[in-house]
Amino acid sequence: MKRSCDYACHSPKHKIARRQFIGTMAAGSIAGGLGVFTSSSAAEALKSQQKRVVVFNMHGGLSQLESWDPKPGTDTGGPFRSIETSVPGVRISELMPETAKIMHHLCLVRGVNTSEDDHGKGGYMMLTGRRQSPAAEYPQIGSVMAKALADEQNPLPGHILITPGGGGGRGNESAYLGPRFSSLAVGGGKPPQNTERPGTITDADDSLRQDVRREAAKKFLSRRRTAITDAYTHSYELALRLMSQRDSFDISKEAVRDQDRYGSSDLGRQCLLGRRLLEKGATFVQITHSNYDTHNENFNFHLEQVGEFDRPYATFIADLAERGMLESTLVVVLSEFGRTPGINLYYGRDHWSRAWTVAMAGCGVIKGAAYGKTGPNGTEVTDGQVDHANLFHTYLSAVGLDSMESFDIEGRDMPMADPASKPIKAILA
Amino acid sequence: MSHSLLAPPAGFDIKAAHVSAQWKCEKPLNCCRIDPKSQFVLVGGEWATPERVNMADGKIVKLEGGHESWVFDAAWSADSTRCVTSGGDGRLVWWDLTSEKPAKLHVLQAHKGWIRALSVSPDGKTLASGGNDGLVKLWNMADAKPLATITASKRDIYRTVFSPDGKLIASGDLLGAVVAWNVADGKESARYDAKPLHTYQGGQQVDFGGVRALAYTPDSKLLAAGGLYKATNPFGAVHEPIGQVFQTSDKKMIRQWVANAIRGGIFWSFRWLADGSLVGASGGSTGGFLLFFKPDGDKEIHRLGLPNILRDMDLAADGLTIATAHHDRHVRITRLAPKKA
Repeated sequence: MKRSCDYACHSPKHKIARRQFIGTMAAGSIAGGLGVFTSSSAAEALKSQQKRVVVFNMHGGLSQLESWDPKPGTDTGGPFRSIETSVPGVRISELMPETAKIMHHLCLVRGVNTSEDDHGKGGYMMLTGRRQSPAAEYPQIGSVMAKALADEQNPLPGHILITPGGGGGRGNESAYLGPRFSSLAVGGGKPPQNTERPGTITDADDSLRQDVRREAAKKFLSRRRTAITDAYTHSYELALRLMSQRDSFDISKEAVRDQDRYGSSDLGRQCLLGRRLLEKGATFVQITHSNYDTHNENFNFHLEQVGEFDRPYATFIADLAERGMLESTLVVVLSEFGRTPGINLYYGRDHWSRAWTVAMAGCGVIKGAAYGKTGPNGTEVTDGQVDHANLFHTYLSAVGLDSMESFDIEGRDMPMADPASKPIKAILA
Repeated sequence: MSHSLLAPPAGFDIKAAHVSAQWKCEKPLNCCRIDPKSQFVLVGGEWATPERVNMADGKIVKLEGGHESWVFDAAWSADSTRCVTSGGDGRLVWWDLTSEKPAKLHVLQAHKGWIRALSVSPDGKTLASGGNDGLVKLWNMADAKPLATITASKRDIYRTVFSPDGKLIASGDLLGAVVAWNVADGKESARYDAKPLHTYQGGQQVDFGGVRALAYTPDSKLLAAGGLYKATNPFGAVHEPIGQVFQTSDKKMIRQWVANAIRGGIFWSFRWLADGSLVGASGGSTGGFLLFFKPDGDKEIHRLGLPNILRDMDLAADGLTIATAHHDRHVRITRLAPKKA
């Protein structure tokens, strides 16, 4: 049985698929992220422009009509009006006055049609770029970016999930990439739990016990090395690094003024933590905002939820821009789907995947634009229709990866994105 | 516990309640208010144009050009010649209804955010508006001049109601706080704890519920607040209607009303009736109902199922005529009396 190149010789070159390795050698270009380069010069080049990705996951299904694609005055428009933004001609919901001010940094993809109205399936598609299939599991965007972009020497985990309470994540989100690319879930703006060494253990004792552990692991791995055992060992090393990086997760270290600017809501703290982690070198951060599954009283709940989202999100984007980080950070706002243009008898909107919006900013994405259109009452895409697979390709392309590349997983080429699809070139600068 | 009663009007019989008329309006309805002369019902709905329905013949007149958003509430002048409407645009619009085509008298940007609640003082001189900005504002009904601003809550105001003597204006908010404010100086007079009407759903991370219904008894001895509880799934419309009755003398809750077998409902409006009972309008996934309670009993004494989910109710000055606003675009008239032969 053929074994993975990765576990045979540890060569970074062998972390990418063989055929793309040959191809990129011929082209003399970058083949992947910091850990998967074909040449050290390419690695240095990308390291100097380290790319980062942030995903805002609007859990439950954000209404496009109460956010990015309002239709005021129509039978589907609901009670909210639209407002001007910093980009003439691009109007968004009045629930987002702060976001309107930073629209010149954003690109709205208004023609999303994913044709999947189930929460689980829709979420899977939006985070993996593929339809769910019993034949294969695909890694989520966070795991892919961690694998492709994260520097192995980075003391922070490559895939970080920020939730209000620090829960969530894990599962099989890293699929064939292995558990070391699964997320670390943190929350509350506090360091991860159990990352402080008990005071009764001295430095010397700790060093000794780590040496014993490493020696035992080394002997074991010399004979039985697999992705899972690697991940097991990696988790110990990651825990040690995390213990030295507790401050990276502590937003009380941020200026009081910044804490005020982001606000006291859970999302405000999550966004400030996200900014802090990016500044400390994190590669991928997903911030969840819950919950938008508003079959009942959609307008009251969006008033509350989008109202909570607006200021921290706009502050986050503005801060990245001001600090020169937005050029190297892709920020995506997505959901599992949008919500029905039709309003039900409980003032609710139901699931609607046929015409909705994803917002992007930063990296290689054009600024101050709305790509794609929906009809007058928002029921269908009339121009620039794209789907989850197009979007996934676009995220990869935006951070400088060739989205048609593959990972080499134990000798098998595993395309990073659906090979039958392609990026939305019109929005890539 | 009892409160002083007015004499029930001739024919009054809640057990004979029946729908006597219905008219279809332009869009699903949010609110309805009967004028003091019981000639018209003014409705607002899921669009920017309120409609005045003549209860004699169903003739509808549109009040156009005043709002840019849905209309959430309405109020009448004492002589029924003018009205005020409020909307999701934060506007109050005064209308002159004396001509064939209603004319705007005043358009005020009155609140930041929605104005869900309007009420008129018993003498007809003062209008109260409650907004999503947490403010209760008082206005001169005659000329739309501002009289006072009360910082009533940090969250949305859902209902306001004047006390029968006009000295207090009570507000109810999203978080279940019911507070009575002195109209004279805007200071807090009494606070009632209606917290069961608010739900914070940790899993869905939302505040939900609020004081959707509020009504003083004619003698001011009791104040009833209504809304929803058992909100196990706010996003799925799983919640039941609930009413709480407070004694104004000591602010104690003396009664809690719930409805039997209504798994999806909200009390949107309360009105005290001349026989001392209260009618609550419940709308939700279980349907639309008028539920009748006595303040000395926990259980409903009667219910009338309506043909469609409802969202508001009003009682005419005659004490017999009820209007309800429905999702199916209809305003319906229920008579609390036997059907005419």
